[in-house]
Amino acid sequence: MKSSISEPEVTLEIAQKLGLIPEEFEKIKEILGRTPNYTELSVYSVMWSEHCSYKNSIMWLKTLPKDGPHMLAKAGEENAGLVDIGDGIGCCFKIESHNHPSALEPYQGAATGVGGINRDIFTMGARPIAQLNSLRFGNIETDRTKWLLKGVVKGIGDYGNAFGVPVVGGEIYFDDCYNTNPLVNAMSAGIVKEGNTVSATSYGVGNPVFIVGSSTGKDGIHGATFASEDITESSADKIPAVQVGDPFQEKLLLEASLEVAKTSTIIGMQDMGAAGITCSTSEMSAKGEHGMIIHLDKVPLRQQNMLPFEILLSESQERMLIVVKKGRESEVQKIFDKWDLNCVQIGEVTDDKRLKYYMNGQLVADVPAESLVLGGGAPIYKREYKEPDYFAKSKDFSIDNIKQPTNLKEVFNHLISHPSICSKKWVIEQYDSMVGTKNMSTNKPSDAAVVNIKGTNKAIVLTTDCNSRYVHANPEIGCEIAVAEAARNIVCSGGEPSAITNCLNFGNPYSPEVYWQFVGSIKGMGNACRKFNTPVTGGNVSFYNQTSIDGKVEPVFPTPVIGMLGVMPDKKTQTTLNFKKEGDIIYLIGKSKNDISCSEYLYSYHKVKLSPPPCFDLNEEFEMQETIKHLIFSNIISSAHDVSDGGLLVALFESAMYNGLGANISSDDSIRKDAFLFGESQSRVIVSVSPEMQDDFIEILATSETEFSLLGEVNGEEIIVDGESFGKINDIKNIYDNVISKIMEKN
Amino acid sequence: MKFGVVIFPGSNCDHDMIYVLKNIMKQEVVKLWHKDTDLQNVDFVILPGGFSFGDYLRSGAIARFSPIMIEVIEFAKKGGYVFGVCNGFQILCEAGLLPGALLHNNNQKFICKNIYIKSETNNSILTSSLEKDKVLKIPIAHGEGRYFADEKTMNDLLSNEQILFSYCNEKGEKDLISNPNGSINNIAGICNSTRNVFGMMPHPERAADEEIGNIDGKLIFQSILQNCLQNKM
Repeated sequence: MKSSISEPEVTLEIAQKLGLIPEEFEKIKEILGRTPNYTELSVYSVMWSEHCSYKNSIMWLKTLPKDGPHMLAKAGEENAGLVDIGDGIGCCFKIESHNHPSALEPYQGAATGVGGINRDIFTMGARPIAQLNSLRFGNIETDRTKWLLKGVVKGIGDYGNAFGVPVVGGEIYFDDCYNTNPLVNAMSAGIVKEGNTVSATSYGVGNPVFIVGSSTGKDGIHGATFASEDITESSADKIPAVQVGDPFQEKLLLEASLEVAKTSTIIGMQDMGAAGITCSTSEMSAKGEHGMIIHLDKVPLRQQNMLPFEILLSESQERMLIVVKKGRESEVQKIFDKWDLNCVQIGEVTDDKRLKYYMNGQLVADVPAESLVLGGGAPIYKREYKEPDYFAKSKDFSIDNIKQPTNLKEVFNHLISHPSICSKKWVIEQYDSMVGTKNMSTNKPSDAAVVNIKGTNKAIVLTTDCNSRYVHANPEIGCEIAVAEAARNIVCSGGEPSAITNCLNFGNPYSPEVYWQFVGSIKGMGNACRKFNTPVTGGNVSFYNQTSIDGKVEPVFPTPVIGMLGVMPDKKTQTTLNFKKEGDIIYLIGKSKNDISCSEYLYSYHKVKLSPPPCFDLNEEFEMQETIKHLIFSNIISSAHDVSDGGLLVALFESAMYNGLGANISSDDSIRKDAFLFGESQSRVIVSVSPEMQDDFIEILATSETEFSLLGEVNGEEIIVDGESFGKINDIKNIYDNVISKIMEKN
Repeated sequence: MKFGVVIFPGSNCDHDMIYVLKNIMKQEVVKLWHKDTDLQNVDFVILPGGFSFGDYLRSGAIARFSPIMIEVIEFAKKGGYVFGVCNGFQILCEAGLLPGALLHNNNQKFICKNIYIKSETNNSILTSSLEKDKVLKIPIAHGEGRYFADEKTMNDLLSNEQILFSYCNEKGEKDLISNPNGSINNIAGICNSTRNVFGMMPHPERAADEEIGNIDGKLIFQSILQNCLQNKM
């Protein structure tokens, strides 16, 4: 078939320009039985891009555990995973990256990332109630990072604040490996009543297909393809591939979509994110095993003279595709009219499983829906992988070669002033963290965010975690730790880990060393998720997070961010991280080890860049978390805070600072003091216990497998270790709170 | 009492306000859609927070032209109670029901955090039941919350005791550090000269539920109820 509208002649060269490889071009010709026209080629190029097809990752993703006792929709079945949290309520949650657009245009890149992930949630009929962000930037002292940080934070804030869903948690790390390519991962969680969920499907011959929401413009064309290649010096030319967000339209679309979802007027609904109309029409048709006729000239446009392929590929935001039951059109129309949104029929469902796109009555593309999608005709590749040289070298590290500094106070100051460890107040206060009045952590701080499910006894507990330094050191163990830390944060807040979503940020998958990191991470994630019985409900893979400048390729640290959902069956078990009163006794659950490996202390104070991950044993971690749960559910401890970045002393300070209460502790003389204070060996939690609960506390610990030790007590206004003061709480807090604002506001 | 909560396109604190009035204060609440022209015989109108019409031109500038606002203005002129929180306060200033204006925060950023306020007068239904000098911890969440009024207006506000709330520190002292947005005289909330239209930037509805660990805002709702019920009798 040849399109008469002026478009380039299709050749292998053109196909390669669109990111397809020669084998893929051949396969398209085979599927169609002819050479595709330019419109069809564009459709395949986006649907078979890494971003949409998962062609280089799906083989490994399939090894991850998907089954859990509470799964309502498993990974890959819908736009986001759906977990039954009881009381007839489902929780829908997902994390997604917007790294590439944010590297070029941080404000719009981050804003549309927030918009996209929330649409994934409400397209299923769920109202988003909480958001988290996991961000990675380069050296904060550079102008580029400051520009990126400012833009990303403002983008997330402006979009999310207006949209009206609170940011309840997240993480931010700074490391040189992200200097060019920041990571912007946005997570959203929503709740939906049983029976009100909407599927992304299409069936029923003759059912009308509607496009609703914003008009379609030329923004974001080939965005999915752009997200599937390296960032290079010429990437700035691709700014038109970045979309522009409008949170007000999104808010209207949310309310209208949820109103429609409650009616029985629709067959299915899917948001338009990557690859726009192409993706929604093909995925819905493939899922429902039907076809569609689409009239592109009926799509409301915001620009004139758009070509068919531009309309098909546009990634204009705040749009949905809805398949309506024939005869119910006016009910749907009425809802969208109320919200002053476009609602236009652009086609109908057919039975031939083909997508036929027309422009002014002329057929411009005709492709089988199934051939485009993941799980259907999209290619799947098995990639080679190889252990990188640095891995063997890292094993040469020995703590004995590191001299213990004489001034440990200086080390402590270095750590609390480190942008990855210090307070993120400068960022967080730019986000509305309280709209919705469900954030139970605003006034009661805890390791993970606790979000109220009003009208029930329950809350959900959310966190994102990944220490990419550990993953770089050993992808398998590092990713086990990422899952374990997420679970630990949820357990320490009083919840039960339930399921995860993941955002897998890696370099170029065609690099065997990068792919080795990917494979190791997936193995580790699988191990840990099986152990904690937290199935993987979905997520997102973002490859090509690396920079080629002057021919030198620098991948980012492998960063498989874990977004975990926990359930708190009874809100009374909510547990905070702050010390409550003078005289409470401080214990360490878990064991101090003579380990400084991979710690922030070793990495940025001693500047030792290569070392194995910190001590970690999955079974020991699991037992330790069971013990914490037992203590919390028996109402024995007053606070719980896990030991993570920066080690024990930083964690102790964080527990102390909220109420300005000091702590007086003793170190363990069987290990080096720097390892005791700053080591990051895993599976440790600092708890405080009131004196009257101490007997019960000891009894539970005595019957558990978990080791524990007495650290000291809550006391005074200083942090004191072995009689030596590390400073007054308020003085330390003053430094800790203002590190980022001082850097960002100085001119 | 029967409250009416106005919903503009882009309102996002409407659910929170309705939840507090209905589930916590146990009052009757109706939703008033911005295209409506009937206030449904409510006793008290609330304009909730959010980003009405995206706040694209200027906060509240477009919402004031919604059909419902004609009724709200009429209602207020007859002495009916109207209370705007955050974006609602901005809309009331744009509509001329309250004096002054709300400008961009002086740090040019959106700010969301717990802050402290105290009441400046007990001569209003929002504040009369509050303990004198009682410091309330109430969250703010706004980008345009810097209250400004010209000298004449300020004189009027002061002489008529129209300043309801001021930003202060935990101890109740008004100082520069505790002013989060640069508002003139630390002003956080005001009323009109006839004392039936109220506006405040902090969100009392975000501090009225035991489950989120702060109920200082509930005191303001209690004050409203106590006084309105008294007035009704």
